[in-house]
Parts: sequence; C-alpha cells; structure tokens
Amino acid sequence: MSGFDIIFLGIAAVTLAAAFMVVTTHNLVHGALWLVLTLFGVAATFVLLNAAFLAVVQVVVYIGAIAILMIFAIMLTRKVMKDSGPQTNANWVVAALLGAVLFVGLAYLLGNSSAATMALPEMAANMDPVVQLGEVLVSPNAYVLPFELASVLLLAALIGSIAVAWKK
Amino acid sequence: MISLSWYLIFAAALFSLGLYGVLSRKNAIAILMGVELMLNAVNINLVAFWRYGNLAMITGQVFAVIVFAVAAAEVAVGLALVISLYRRRSSVVADEINLMKW
Repeated sequence: MSGFDIIFLGIAAVTLAAAFMVVTTHNLVHGALWLVLTLFGVAATFVLLNAAFLAVVQVVVYIGAIAILMIFAIMLTRKVMKDSGPQTNANWVVAALLGAVLFVGLAYLLGNSSAATMALPEMAANMDPVVQLGEVLVSPNAYVLPFELASVLLLAALIGSIAVAWKK
Repeated sequence: MISLSWYLIFAAALFSLGLYGVLSRKNAIAILMGVELMLNAVNINLVAFWRYGNLAMITGQVFAVIVFAVAAAEVAVGLALVISLYRRRSSVVADEINLMKW
C-alpha cells in the first residue's frame, strides 16, 4: 500500500463518516456543519484527481455559498423544528434498505467491472488541466453555449428565488 | 494502487447516503442537504472518469462545472420555497406539505 492509497482511504473514510452524520444527526445546525466537512472531503478528492480548479470552486461555491445559505435557512426556520423527537418519517426503514441495496449492488458491479483494474494514466508534464478547462469553456468550438446557458439558468434561479421568498 | 472503481465505489456510498437522507428526513432543508450529497457523488464520478479516461478531453470537468451551477440554482430556489412555506404555513416538514396532493 502506497502513501497515496492511505491518503485516499483516509479522505474517503472521513467524508463518508461526515456524510453519515449529515443524514442521521438530530440537530440540523450540526448536520450543516457535518455537510461542510463532507464538502471539504470531496474537494480533497478533486485534488487527488488533479482537478485543482474544481477543488477551489468546490470550497468557494459549495462551502462558501451553499452550506452558508443552508445554515441561514435552518436558523430562519428553527422555531418550528425542535431538535428533540424523531427527525425521520415513517418510511425510514425502507429508505435505509433501499440505500443499502443500491450501494451493495453498485459496489458488487463496480468491483467486478473492467474499472477495477484500470490504472491511473500518467499526466504529461506540460499538461495543465486548468488552462485546458478555461479554453474549452469559452471556445465556440467547444462548450461556450452550455456555459452561457448555465449562467442564464443561475440568473433565472436568482430572480425566481427572490420572487418566491419576497415578503408580501 | 487506487483503480477507477475505488473512486466509483466511494461515490456510490456517498450517493446512497444522500438517497437515504432524501427519502427518510422530515425537514425539507435536511432533504436538500441529501440532494447536495448526491450531486457531489455525481461530481466525483465525472472527475474520476475524466482522470482515468482520455486526459485531453476535459468534458468531465466541464460537466462538473455545469453541475456546480445547477446545484447552486437548485439550492437557491429550494431554500426560497422552504422560507416562503415557513412564512405561510409555519412548517418545514415535507409530509405536511400536501396542498397539491390528491
């Protein structure tokens, strides 16, 4: 086992433990803080996969914006949702079974597929994924249209959420 | 050596946990947190497939960027709906939102 393997397994263990706490903890503010730890773990996974730009965006957008927005929403709606008492609905056993079956099935399939033996391709020394990503995002021959569509979607979502949450 | 399937199994575990959260939680904000976990699992898959596939094709990362934008839009609209709901009905329990249920 190399050092890289141990780092990956450590990150995966911390991320999954934090994700488990997100879906099971009674106190939702704690749940949101565990979500922040999970998102950090995913950012670290991106670093392991040489996707440095995505790791930074993960920290800025997910942790800096989405998780903080969640915490604000939890605090705004905290009066009606007590931390005591069950936080799960009547179907939680079925949900747990479904999640377990999905995971076991996927893990079995993936463990036996050709992906299990796929080795990491070497990255050329002069290759820079950040430069590449920047170029294809604004290149008319590549992904400028989906990129612009995503920004229009974000603008529409912002206006829509202001309209929905506006105090009448 | 870490092969591609390790990342995929890690993402599958994260997705399953998110699915459990979405299906079992009462609080609508907790359901949104489960959705975030699922979207993150998808992002890990996309980036892992890019890293282990053809490195010259950066499509996996572009797709992950689009997923980021969609996730931000989703959470903004979702939390606006939750807050609007809280104002009108003083409840954030998903089971009690049955006005359009038949």
